[in-house]
Amino acid sequence: MPAGNQISIEKEKILHILERVTDPEIPVLTIQDMGIIRDVIIENHKIIVVITPTYSGCPAMSAISMAIRIELLSEGYPDVEIKEIFSPAWTTDWMSESGKQKLKEYGIAPPVVEKRILGLLFQEAPEVPCPRCSSTDTVMISEFGSTACKALMKCNTCLEPFDYFKCHR
Amino acid sequence: MTFYDYIIRLADNNLILGHRLSEWCGHGPFLEQDMAMTNISLDLIGQARSMYALAAEVNSKGESEDDIAFLRLEHEYQNLLLVEQPNGDFAHTVLRQLFFASFQLPLYQAMLLKLNGLTDEHFVTLRGVLEKAVMEVTYHKRWSSEWVIRLGDGTAESHSRMVTAVNELYRYYGEAFISDAVDDAAVSEGYGVRPEELKAEADQYIDDIFRQANLNIPVDTYMQRGGKQGVHSEYMGYLLSELQYMQRAYPNASW
Repeated sequence: MPAGNQISIEKEKILHILERVTDPEIPVLTIQDMGIIRDVIIENHKIIVVITPTYSGCPAMSAISMAIRIELLSEGYPDVEIKEIFSPAWTTDWMSESGKQKLKEYGIAPPVVEKRILGLLFQEAPEVPCPRCSSTDTVMISEFGSTACKALMKCNTCLEPFDYFKCHR
Repeated sequence: MTFYDYIIRLADNNLILGHRLSEWCGHGPFLEQDMAMTNISLDLIGQARSMYALAAEVNSKGESEDDIAFLRLEHEYQNLLLVEQPNGDFAHTVLRQLFFASFQLPLYQAMLLKLNGLTDEHFVTLRGVLEKAVMEVTYHKRWSSEWVIRLGDGTAESHSRMVTAVNELYRYYGEAFISDAVDDAAVSEGYGVRPEELKAEADQYIDDIFRQANLNIPVDTYMQRGGKQGVHSEYMGYLLSELQYMQRAYPNASW
């Protein structure tokens, strides 16, 4: 049984390995950037990775779980358990600043703080700057884009369509 | 067992409505709404999955979430008649969603208040599932409300289609708010909500949306019931034969 500081060294090492796991839909983002890793628990030879799904039905979660297992296995950790916890619910506030920057460079507008009132109908879409030309003259075409977590937008200045990672909180 | 039955009902509503919405995939009136419906479907199936997983854990008979979702018989599903109704046209689909979300959102919110005081591990898990689900259902309610208003207050054609949808679906709206023995037991065990207590809020909301949509609530409608007790409409068998096809044809298939 390793002593306390050995456990924390091992935990650091595992967290470092997990930086290689990216979101299958947004390959520039690691799962740390997304803020979905809640904890790594080491029990004897077993590694428990605690993650929080972004959306109830997010199909990426099983791909992410598999990628976590493969990366840890390749580093000599065969006994891995992935535990999903739902509470507290994931929010885009957990996404790292570097993650948001990477999203923008990838062409996806990162979440902005939305001033919309919950449940109120026919509200104006949030003001989202275009990730390509930074113009704020943009319109929301659809609340859902290529995945549940993104909306489809269009820039009226450069006329390019783009994905917006919705604010979720 | 009450807790098991209670979450199975919540999950069955989500699974069956999620399945219905998935039937729209590739058939939406236009691309953006096609995606909206399939994403709402994904939300509901995701919620169902978490709830079935919890039910399997509570029951501890060794059945998996998939066994519960795919291998029960028609009368063992306890979803509302409303959610198994066919998609019809887009007007039917958005109205069905409005009726359901107007019940589901206050139900989840009321359940969260009750669950806040409970420390048993299963209740804590359910609270986590519902916290996330509330965010999603808030959107479903807004999406469906906006479409009912847009179509009801739209062209002569869209208005008449909404009127037809109201006349056909309103009879399935009331079942959600009629309690039975499972509800009573869940209330006495501390986590359940008496559905009658949600009715005033839902009625007022529907009333408000219908007013903005130039639609009238039918008077003297008998509310169909039975789904919660496993007595379904004829549509349910056809729905299940498609939903369960894979597991019936290739038992224990997985990938």
